[in-house]
Amino acid sequence: MKGARAARTTVALKLAMAVSGFVFVSFVLAHMYGNLKAFAGHDAFNEYAHHLRELGEPLLPHEGALWILRLGLILSLVVHVVTGIALWRRAARARTTKYVKKRDTGASKASLMMRWGGLTILVFLVWHLLNFTIGKVNPQGGATDDPYNLLVDTFDVWWMTLIYLVAMVALGLHLHHGVWSAAQSLGWTGTAAKRRRAKNIGFITAVVIAGGYSLVPLAVLAGIITK
Amino acid sequence: MNLTLKIWRQPDRDTPGAMHTYEVADVSPDMSFLEMLDVLNEQLNDKGEEPIAFDSDCREGICGTCGLMINGDAHGPEVTTTCQLHMRSFKDGETITIEPWRSDAFPVIKDLVVDRGALDRIVQAGGYISVNTGSAPEAHSVPVPKEDADRAFNVATCIQCGACVAACPNGSASLFMGAKVTHLGLLPQGQPERDERVVNMVAQHDHEGFGGCTNIGACTAACPKEIPLDVISQLNKDLRTAIRHGH
Ligand code: HEM
Ligand code: SF4
Ligand code: FES
Repeated sequence: MKGARAARTTVALKLAMAVSGFVFVSFVLAHMYGNLKAFAGHDAFNEYAHHLRELGEPLLPHEGALWILRLGLILSLVVHVVTGIALWRRAARARTTKYVKKRDTGASKASLMMRWGGLTILVFLVWHLLNFTIGKVNPQGGATDDPYNLLVDTFDVWWMTLIYLVAMVALGLHLHHGVWSAAQSLGWTGTAAKRRRAKNIGFITAVVIAGGYSLVPLAVLAGIITK
Repeated sequence: MNLTLKIWRQPDRDTPGAMHTYEVADVSPDMSFLEMLDVLNEQLNDKGEEPIAFDSDCREGICGTCGLMINGDAHGPEVTTTCQLHMRSFKDGETITIEPWRSDAFPVIKDLVVDRGALDRIVQAGGYISVNTGSAPEAHSVPVPKEDADRAFNVATCIQCGACVAACPNGSASLFMGAKVTHLGLLPQGQPERDERVVNMVAQHDHEGFGGCTNIGACTAACPKEIPLDVISQLNKDLRTAIRHGH
């Protein structure tokens, strides 16, 4: 097969990881824009959620565009997790006898936490979908058919907000290393200046995303966003 | 200086090893790390014990054979080779942990000596250029821009010591491969085999059981020749280009 040998290497695994990671970053940014609509009030938020489902109609069926996006995300998730596990297993086999003493001089904490941090995000993702999308769980036992009210009911519970904040710390750390690492995997950081720029962009992305997502739960808890 | 050394001892490839503790007295701060081990070995010889096996050749930082994991850092606390590390980098009374490079691709032969042949096989797979032998070509016939020549020269300083692999939490040899691919890829002579080079080297690397890179950067911090992370970006870019060219 054309390209098969190169495509089976560990470097190609990282390329797939980087591309799927960037799909997530785009999604996460768009999703954050939607979340921040909560500051515009009940109707604006619900209209946005409703509008998403009508995107592309009548050319596409109801929820058609949404499902295309969802399929893209599911595919990216499979690629990201499968390549992540493959690299994890390879790394475990590459050093079966551990050092008695090892310092990871030169390594950032974020870079060493990618795998466990990624798993944390995965667990959170399952929880999050159960909470808002598939299961629709209202921790206060109220109605679940109104997205805005479900959101307010959820984050009014302090430990729900806490779960989301912890997840955002994990996501922020993942992006702090992940964004620059993806640029490097794609071969965009061939000089010290480009590397520095990629690291800065990674840091800014992490702060904007983790911070931006934390605003809504905190605002609910603080009573700024109410039913 | 008086030191306590915790050293990995292993009689051969197939016998399990363990850490042993030794005391060395009257070490001069001006000794190199290997000279300090020589002193310990003389003491062991005098007592009729088996001396500690470790690798060295040039003892001037250019051959790359002397790598040791010292207190958790490849080649110890300074940016240099183990042979060029001096005892003044340690404190009197310190306990120093000394281990061989740990990588399943570098099997331990004895004590602190590992077989780094996997790196040779990566070079054999693609780290070369094909030229006609015989008379040397006219140096001016193939001009190389100064900037490229300098960069190629800088990354060509890699001495294949394996510290990057030893330091990498993934056990990856990407910095080493990146150094070769960047060095040859910057020069006109390296172009004909450029795509095959990167694919063959990475395929051999993976076959040897090295791990995949996740851009942690412990390699470049450990590298005695300060090979920068840029070369891994170049490696990835060359591989991506090779995929596009159908390799
Ligand atoms: C669903 C759970 C997730 C898991 C299990 C996971 C796991 C991983 C792992 C193991 C790595 C490679 C480690 C490394 O490069 O150091 C990685 C890289 C990355 N991840 Fe994730 N991740 C997840 C979700 C996400 C999300 C939601 C995003 C973006 C919003 C993301 C963006 C990235 C990026 C950009 C990279 C860098 C790719 C590269 O270095 O080439 N990941 N992830
Ligand atoms: S890149 Fe540096 S650490 Fe790795 S083998 Fe070459 S000289 Fe040694
Ligand atoms: S003995 Fe040659 S580099 Fe150390």
